[in-house]
Amino acid sequence: MVMRGTLKPLKEGRHEAALFRRRAVVGMLAIVAFLVALGLRFAYLQVDRHHELSLRSDANRVVTRPLAPTRGLIYDRNGVLLAENVAAFRLEVTPEQVKDIDAMLDALARVVPLSEDDLTRFHATRKGKRSYEGVPLRLKLSEEEIARFSVSRWAFPGVDVVPYLTRSYPLGAEFAHTVGYVGRIDEDDLARLDRGDYAGTSHVGKTGIERRYEDRLHGEPGYEQVEVNADHRPLRVLERVPPKPGQNLYLTIDARIQEAAEVAFAGRAGAAVAIDPRNGEVLAMVSVPSFDPNLFVNGISRADYAALLADPGKPLLNRLLRGNYVPGSTMKPFVGLAGLEYGIRKPSDTILSTGEFHIPGQSRGYRDDKRGGHGRVDLVQAIAQSANTYFYSVALDLGIDRFSEFMRRFGFGQPTGIDLDGEGSGVLPSREWKRGRMNQPWYPGETVIAGIGQGYWVVTPLQLAHAVAILAARGEPHVPHLLSAAQQGFDVAPVPVPPSPPRPNVMRNQADWEAIELGMIEVLRSGTARGIDRDFPYVIAGKTGTAERFSRTDETWTSISTSPIERHQVLFEAFTPAEDARIAVIVALEAGRSGAHDAAPIVRKILDAWLPGDLARNGGTPAIGGGTASGGSRG
Amino acid sequence: MIDEALARLRHRLATLWRKPRLDLPLFGALLLLMGIGLVTLYSASDLDRSQVIAQGLRFALGLALLLLIARIPPQTLRAWTPWLYAGSVVLLALVALLGEGRGAHRWLDLGVVRFQPSELLKLTMPMMVAWYLNGRPLPPGWGTLGVVAVLIAIPAGFVAEQPDLGTALLIAASGAFGVFLSGVAWWRIGLIVGVCVALVPIGWPFLHDYQRNRVLTMLDPEADPLGKGWHIIQSKIAVGSGGIWGKGWHNGTQSRLEFLPEHTTDFIFSVYAEEWGLVGVLLLLALYVFIIGRCLWIAAEAKDTYARLLAGAIGMSLFVYVVVNGGMITGVLPVVGVPLPLMSYGGTSAVSMLTGFGVLMSIHAHRKVLGSSL
Repeated sequence: MVMRGTLKPLKEGRHEAALFRRRAVVGMLAIVAFLVALGLRFAYLQVDRHHELSLRSDANRVVTRPLAPTRGLIYDRNGVLLAENVAAFRLEVTPEQVKDIDAMLDALARVVPLSEDDLTRFHATRKGKRSYEGVPLRLKLSEEEIARFSVSRWAFPGVDVVPYLTRSYPLGAEFAHTVGYVGRIDEDDLARLDRGDYAGTSHVGKTGIERRYEDRLHGEPGYEQVEVNADHRPLRVLERVPPKPGQNLYLTIDARIQEAAEVAFAGRAGAAVAIDPRNGEVLAMVSVPSFDPNLFVNGISRADYAALLADPGKPLLNRLLRGNYVPGSTMKPFVGLAGLEYGIRKPSDTILSTGEFHIPGQSRGYRDDKRGGHGRVDLVQAIAQSANTYFYSVALDLGIDRFSEFMRRFGFGQPTGIDLDGEGSGVLPSREWKRGRMNQPWYPGETVIAGIGQGYWVVTPLQLAHAVAILAARGEPHVPHLLSAAQQGFDVAPVPVPPSPPRPNVMRNQADWEAIELGMIEVLRSGTARGIDRDFPYVIAGKTGTAERFSRTDETWTSISTSPIERHQVLFEAFTPAEDARIAVIVALEAGRSGAHDAAPIVRKILDAWLPGDLARNGGTPAIGGGTASGGSRG
Repeated sequence: MIDEALARLRHRLATLWRKPRLDLPLFGALLLLMGIGLVTLYSASDLDRSQVIAQGLRFALGLALLLLIARIPPQTLRAWTPWLYAGSVVLLALVALLGEGRGAHRWLDLGVVRFQPSELLKLTMPMMVAWYLNGRPLPPGWGTLGVVAVLIAIPAGFVAEQPDLGTALLIAASGAFGVFLSGVAWWRIGLIVGVCVALVPIGWPFLHDYQRNRVLTMLDPEADPLGKGWHIIQSKIAVGSGGIWGKGWHNGTQSRLEFLPEHTTDFIFSVYAEEWGLVGVLLLLALYVFIIGRCLWIAAEAKDTYARLLAGAIGMSLFVYVVVNGGMITGVLPVVGVPLPLMSYGGTSAVSMLTGFGVLMSIHAHRKVLGSSL
């Protein structure tokens, strides 16, 4: 028993050990076989494929660099260059190759002047780049600076003169508020831009057309594969996929009209907009005073920027989009139209202007411009003479709700939707607006003064021009726009960019236009702006506006009339040819004696600048009845 | 008195020196491997001394554990085995409940140290299998195999769930090697392997997306050269560009220019292959073959079934690491986080590896004296 008990495990143990040994040998053979197979795999890669994989290892040392696309150019409608790219030179520092950056900058500043702004910007840019990437230090080197640097170049390893393209606006301030400008890409831009698309790009559209059409103007980046040595210094270009340049844009603006408008303002603060009422094309838009957009391209200096901010003329303010003007009498054609549209007036209805208008049962009087009034006037005469009483009564009879509903059809109180960013809304007087803004009920007296474009009324020049264009197009609203055509590359023709289709006509009764147009024609023939159309071949329809900051109540009117003339905001709106309008213009001046005296002559100069082109397009033949009709009325 | 005490102390020290009768060939091979590992790491980390020192400290800790465990007789280890196994499975369960880690729950934070309990299983798994088989008649029948299958499946399941498929497979393999070495009939092995292969298409939908991607990427790395295929392509470029003689120490552009990802950890073999070439690779593989062979030799000399199976399983597991890591960096196996033993930078792996060798040293120290079994 004992023997068996001890022997059996021993025997079994020996058996197990033998079994294990066999298995261990098999296992070891399998392991060796596997590791030999692994060794063969290494041999395959390291011997058979050594050549190919060595090449790919080298290829790893090939760096792919983004190639920034050339930004598209911007032209006016006739091909006048508004924004271009010009060659310039800058100093670039490759931090990796500079031992002591601060010492180098000190020494370099003695050769090429470096401003505080340059250094700040350099250090900021440096943070976001790898040490072997070049960081711009000084832009726009002069030829003399390049020469001076070249002489002592040996002393500055890692500093290079690099050619680049910079944006330039040849017409400068004239287009600052429309074309806008580009600037260096900053943190905010990075957040909204695709970093891949902007890998090699330093600038991006900041305002105006440059910003709105950034995706068209930018283009698509290409890349090149550059063989670099261990210090990342490029040795040769292996492959190059060229960037696709941005589109060249053609604006609807006519630079000749734009320039004429700019000159006509003679530096007086204000804005002018000219629109083709048939399609909403903006022919000119100026905001005066303006600024030189070229200052902003490579970062404006603190001093320049401070000067612009401190300028009392507010040159940085885009008056076209955000200027606030009281429209005054320029509203009267619209108010007259509202009376017809709602059937509360017929064109032949007359009203007696006595010099003062009273809401029934109220003692407060609302004045006419002319002491003693204009007598009995119909709609045409009321517009021509700018008789307040007529429009007071129309507005009162309409009531504020119908009044503001009608005005909204002409785009008042809302952005026009022009292809520029940052448009203001102005103020369209309405019950809701007053409730929302002041939390007060609406009073009938406020309807009365709204009838002559006073009170709460605020319009932007662009809004007013848009409304006048709708008027000129007999109620067909076109969204004002600046982009006319885009061109992909210089060897193809520009492709027109279709504007958004017109919205439905704002008027129910098309017969109502006659009296309004007649009234506006009479403004220039016999009314407030007579003589402005002297020797103009087409019939011009227009309306003056001399707006005041205060409502025309008995108490304040006297003081206003005795205050300096420069306290008036003056406006003029016009379109021509009256029957088949091809241009609608408004001019708003922040200070002037009257719309007729100050704004209307500017409008005339704009029309004069527009005329040759229009005559050329229309075979030199004035519109039917144009020349003779206006000629007969003059004198 | 003092003389007596001194004599006793001297005796103690002498015993301590002699007692863990280390297997010097194995110990020497391990030291050589660690040396190569540190030299390669110094290059792969682009001459970052702090990484080399950190790794050296881990080696020191591992060696201390090795010496400590070498003194523990296998019988004692055997007695502890069920508890060690149960303890490590409990820790795995804890990790599943409150572990942390990027995307996968692998780490357990003990305040002072953070470690992966799955590393423990690399040792306790073969221990448990050896322990169980030690008490069973061998070669094992289906009943025994069924119990072993459960013992393997529990921790492997936890680890696969973390999810860490690579480690789960390693743990399962270390258990399976014990079974293999116990002498399971070949037809049973054939049947089990056949069933497992048949289960692959069924298990495929249960894999995580990233695991499936890794397999697919391995099959066609060029399909996505900048994404998932990047590791494999850059690793193959590193290996292949090394050629027969290699680019020389610290001349491997692939790792120095940072084209090779994870070049101090899972892909350190690529750095080694790039810098030392095919010659270096074959020498390193030979060193691994020697170590594994020596492990099996020690196993064959072991006193009982437990020690034998354990030593053999640990040795064969080492082979799995080398083949899986080598297969990964040469693009024949999917990218799984399997380190190259004693080469890859990383704490838990080095320490657990050396602890395992400590068990081997213990088995060697307490082997049967030649002829004594007769």
